[in-house]
Amino acid sequence: MKRRTLLQATAGALTFFFTSRTSAAPVEPTRPGAYAEDFNAYLKISADGRVGCFVGKTELGQGALTVLAMLVAEELELDPAQVDVLLGDTDLCPWDLPTGGSLTMWQTAPVLRGAAAEVRAVLLGMAAKALGAAAADLALKDGAIWVKAAPTRRTTFGALVQGRKMVRHLGKVKPKPLSDCTVLGRHFPRKDALAKTTGAAKYAGDLRLPGTLHACLLRPPAHGLKLASADTAAAERVPGVRIVRDGNLLAVLHPQPDTARKALALVKGTFEGTELDVDDVRIYQYLVDKAAPGQRVVSSRGDVAAGEKRAATVVEAEYRNAYESHATLEPHTSVAKWEDGRMTVWASNQSPFVFRDSVAEALKLDKDKVRIVTPFVGGGFGGKLVAPVAVEAARIARQVPGVPIQVAWNREEDLFLDGYRPAAVVKLRAGLDASRGAITFWDSTVAGVSQGEAEFTYEMQTNRYQAPAVPDLHPLKAGAWRAPNAHTNAFARECQLDALAAKAGMDPVTLRRRLANDPRLLHLLELALEAFGWEPAPGPTGRGIGVACGAWRQALVVAVAQVAVDKTTGKVQVLRFLEAVDVGLVVNPEGARQQVEGAITMCIGQALSEEIRFKGGRILDKNFDTYLLPRFSAIPRMQVVFANSGTTITQGIGEPPVVPVAAALANAVFDATGARVTHVPFTPKRVLAALKRVPAK
Amino acid sequence: MAVPVSFVLNGKPVTVTSPRDRMLVWVLRDELGLTGTKVGCEAGLCGACTVLVDFETVLSCSTTLGDVAGKSVLTIEGLTVEGKLDPLQKAFQDHHAFQCGYCTSGMIMAAWAFLKKKPKATREQIVEAMEGNICRCGAHVRILEAVETAGKGMGGVR
Repeated sequence: MKRRTLLQATAGALTFFFTSRTSAAPVEPTRPGAYAEDFNAYLKISADGRVGCFVGKTELGQGALTVLAMLVAEELELDPAQVDVLLGDTDLCPWDLPTGGSLTMWQTAPVLRGAAAEVRAVLLGMAAKALGAAAADLALKDGAIWVKAAPTRRTTFGALVQGRKMVRHLGKVKPKPLSDCTVLGRHFPRKDALAKTTGAAKYAGDLRLPGTLHACLLRPPAHGLKLASADTAAAERVPGVRIVRDGNLLAVLHPQPDTARKALALVKGTFEGTELDVDDVRIYQYLVDKAAPGQRVVSSRGDVAAGEKRAATVVEAEYRNAYESHATLEPHTSVAKWEDGRMTVWASNQSPFVFRDSVAEALKLDKDKVRIVTPFVGGGFGGKLVAPVAVEAARIARQVPGVPIQVAWNREEDLFLDGYRPAAVVKLRAGLDASRGAITFWDSTVAGVSQGEAEFTYEMQTNRYQAPAVPDLHPLKAGAWRAPNAHTNAFARECQLDALAAKAGMDPVTLRRRLANDPRLLHLLELALEAFGWEPAPGPTGRGIGVACGAWRQALVVAVAQVAVDKTTGKVQVLRFLEAVDVGLVVNPEGARQQVEGAITMCIGQALSEEIRFKGGRILDKNFDTYLLPRFSAIPRMQVVFANSGTTITQGIGEPPVVPVAAALANAVFDATGARVTHVPFTPKRVLAALKRVPAK
Repeated sequence: MAVPVSFVLNGKPVTVTSPRDRMLVWVLRDELGLTGTKVGCEAGLCGACTVLVDFETVLSCSTTLGDVAGKSVLTIEGLTVEGKLDPLQKAFQDHHAFQCGYCTSGMIMAAWAFLKKKPKATREQIVEAMEGNICRCGAHVRILEAVETAGKGMGGVR
């Protein structure tokens, strides 16, 4: 039996799992796209009693390793440190959805808890037989099981299972009720802490498989152009260089990554094709025009025209956002090796099974001939849901059997080839009645994204939401960017509400209170106000405080921001930022807090500085000198409060806190200055332009 | 042209045969297998490749092998001495001052060099010192707290 070595980061440091492919073969789900029902797919107890947990998600920094270990530890009465978690290996982990959409806690967690609960019941049954006692009379903790009345009569997980596969099955066993949980909701150290603070954590680009060749690919200067011909003579004179071509892919290979890059610069390529005639200024009209023929009503209520007649205060506005890059600090990277008729790809990725399928499709291989292994991933945010770099590495590796091929995009490639947060335009007309208690009409038309999360738990007498049938009208590649669609639509909605409130002479919170349909939202608003210590007043008050609400699935968020605006330079400095978050049960409070802080920080960049500039198919931003991520000086004082409402099932938290950030900041800019910024990012230039539009008093 | 170049790496003398104009980050990662130092921008803009040369922070993507000849280079791997973590590493762990971890080596090295000189730094001074290091996940608040905690542990209570 062939033994395979598999590299994976787990508790504390790198662990090498030695496992035979046969005994570790994954239990395939009973139907495609379904979670495996056999707990053996998720959990394995080794001879020494340690519990291994196998899940097809990946660790992007969001803390999946830790929270998944907590779920298993809870059911099996272990410390999370006693659970080894292996993620993202398509040979060893059961099928799962991508690590996106904040789905790990929402969809995978119940499956894993159920599997662990069944394992607990099976272990208790085995122990009952071994100890000659009823299962109900047994206790378990830290991998030991004993008779409660006679603690010396005991056994262990390892002794019971003896490294064999557990074949007993009990069907669905309910996990512990939350009231009995002792691990969930508590603070535990991150399982990746030691590896990540000592430099030991391995990312795809850190793998040094013997004989690795580093591949740098020839890129067109602009999207829309394809390689026509290339002169590689000069590059080939560099000692050690190999050239690989596959269709219009041309790669320069060398044992040293920097030499491969230098040799690539010697390749002279000619390209053909047509670039689109559009740029980062004209993109908005481009999207509106392109969307217009396909616009359709996707949701509506009542007669909007009649509602408009009842309105006493009407606001009409157009909201825009630019293309934004994921800009993970680790650029897209994969290492591929073609050996024994199988392709193995060590990939920086968020979706091992999508990567597997993409590679299989591109190389016309059966899916079971492709294995994706996932080392630590240096950030994802939606950008690593798609597999172009893995496909590139695999295509090259297919041409050089037995040689590991590493493709690591540099920053310019990463900014050029990313699937951006789509640029978008939201046109809104809406009205408030004379009593300032009801939205009489709300008319929204979006281009560039879908209407996702445009609707919210606000009462409206009439409304109409229009979106194009085909949302992807983009000249550049668009992708899922942390809470896709939602931040675009929430920005428009929450700024529009703010404008309505101000125009009607009322404060922004009172209007939201009057419209809120959901007691959870009312509760969150109060929580946010109290924690921030804010007494809202009709704006602009000069204090620079703004509020916004948002949702992602059943999760709710209220954001309160305070900013200072330099009216000479147009620079916005964020002073304070608070989010009140309701995601149901918070399983890992420290991890959840980190996600919220991270989302706020990331979206300060989204709101204030991040924008992909382009001309035709040429991406003008090539590095972090012009593509501006938030740095330490941009970070405000932050507060995070959770409403442990208990009324909803546990929601993921990667995305919800992203949703209202830009809107809260824009509303804060209004409160500071009276200027409405409607174009994300509101760079100093756009803030100055908005200040000029403020009517003199 | 590859030539032998000697320097001290994490306290031990090493000799590398490589072109003098090769960037240090590749020498560290490729020749010496120290992959804790990361590559983020290759243009001195993100700080992920930060290492110390004679206890001063340098960006190893913009520093050549020749630049460090005869000097002392300290990388993240050199901070842990005989299995004992540096207090700053411990502080990063305790504050959960990272998410994806890709910037973490550079963050720790930049903060370590700064604290050696200025353990009693104010929050503003720490911000200024760390401004060249990018964290995309948004762990900034925790990084600042970790640096403050480590500074206090070094006797830097203000």
